[in-house]
Amino acid sequence: MTRAAQGNDPRLDRREAMRALLEGRGDMLLVTGLGSTTWDAAAAGDDDRNFYLWGAMGAAAMVGLGLAVAQPARRVLVVTGDGEMLMGLGALATIGVQQPPNLALAVFDNGRYAETGMQASHTDQGVSLCGVARSCGIAGVYDVTDQQALADFARLLRSPGDRTLFARIAIQADEPPRVLPSRDGVLLKNRFRRALGIE
Amino acid sequence: MTKSAPGTSSDWRDDIFAALQAADIRQVGYVPDAGHSRLIERCQADPQMRAVPLTSEEEGIGLAAGAWLGGQRAALLMQSSGVGNCVNLLSLAKSCRFPLVLLVTMRGEWGEFNPWQVPMGTKTQAALELMDVLVYRVERAEEAGETVAAALDIAFNGSLAAVLLSQRLIGAKRWVK
Repeated sequence: MTRAAQGNDPRLDRREAMRALLEGRGDMLLVTGLGSTTWDAAAAGDDDRNFYLWGAMGAAAMVGLGLAVAQPARRVLVVTGDGEMLMGLGALATIGVQQPPNLALAVFDNGRYAETGMQASHTDQGVSLCGVARSCGIAGVYDVTDQQALADFARLLRSPGDRTLFARIAIQADEPPRVLPSRDGVLLKNRFRRALGIE
Repeated sequence: MTKSAPGTSSDWRDDIFAALQAADIRQVGYVPDAGHSRLIERCQADPQMRAVPLTSEEEGIGLAAGAWLGGQRAALLMQSSGVGNCVNLLSLAKSCRFPLVLLVTMRGEWGEFNPWQVPMGTKTQAALELMDVLVYRVERAEEAGETVAAALDIAFNGSLAAVLLSQRLIGAKRWVK
């Protein structure tokens, strides 16, 4: 199960990283972006409190913002990929203005568009997502490149939110077997709301 | 902050605001437009509403989806040019049947001075209808409140709805001042 980092490659295993973020999640609400982070979340265990995006590339962070504003007493975690985040970079400016204290964003950065054939993304060419997040005024920005930093960030998620969090999590550019959750958007939406006691 | 008491407003933008309040709208995503400026100010001043400035209109589709997932209602304010930015993101609202309300101030029609506004302005309604958004138009000030109320009603019964506020309505208001 464990895929050790190779050589001096500091990058983390994406499935282990997702499990670390969700372990003992309490009442945390999760939004995942189109592509691999959705398969990672499903592999960690399907949950009614997961909302998987199967499209709408670039929207994951904004779905998290609307949810965090609506549910201020809950931790809201968005996990998405570097390509998905790059398509909606403006959302970081919007979130930087709103600063919801219960919102955390974690970007699994493999520097690749894994779903379309592993083409290099802008982060592979030196674009710094942490730099963008910092420039947008997001208070807690973390560049996570090892197990210890990942564990520290996961611990922050368990504590009451007092500022917006952003982590770039360096992951290996591999493609573990796909684990696909339901693609029925209406079902995903309704079960999420039911889990919150809304419907 | 407000220039007239609730229920006694004579400004169509106040009538729209009253409709948003009556529908319990709690998040309002917007890209600024001159035609929406008074409505934006009213939303910002209301402690029950979270006014969220967006860098681009498609951000609002995600915001509204997240709000609904968390049990709140959202509405989006934008100019007609921004509708074009939303098209792919409308698939999120459609696929999941999220309620969606767009209040769109029109450019590129009545009395437009900038020809660059015309291509999107003349196709705004068609672009929305291409994605199965129900489109309502407001030409006269006295129709604004009830049309927005009707759009909110149908949206929160599980539809995508847009209200196009015509440039004649907006322009006429601006020019007499």
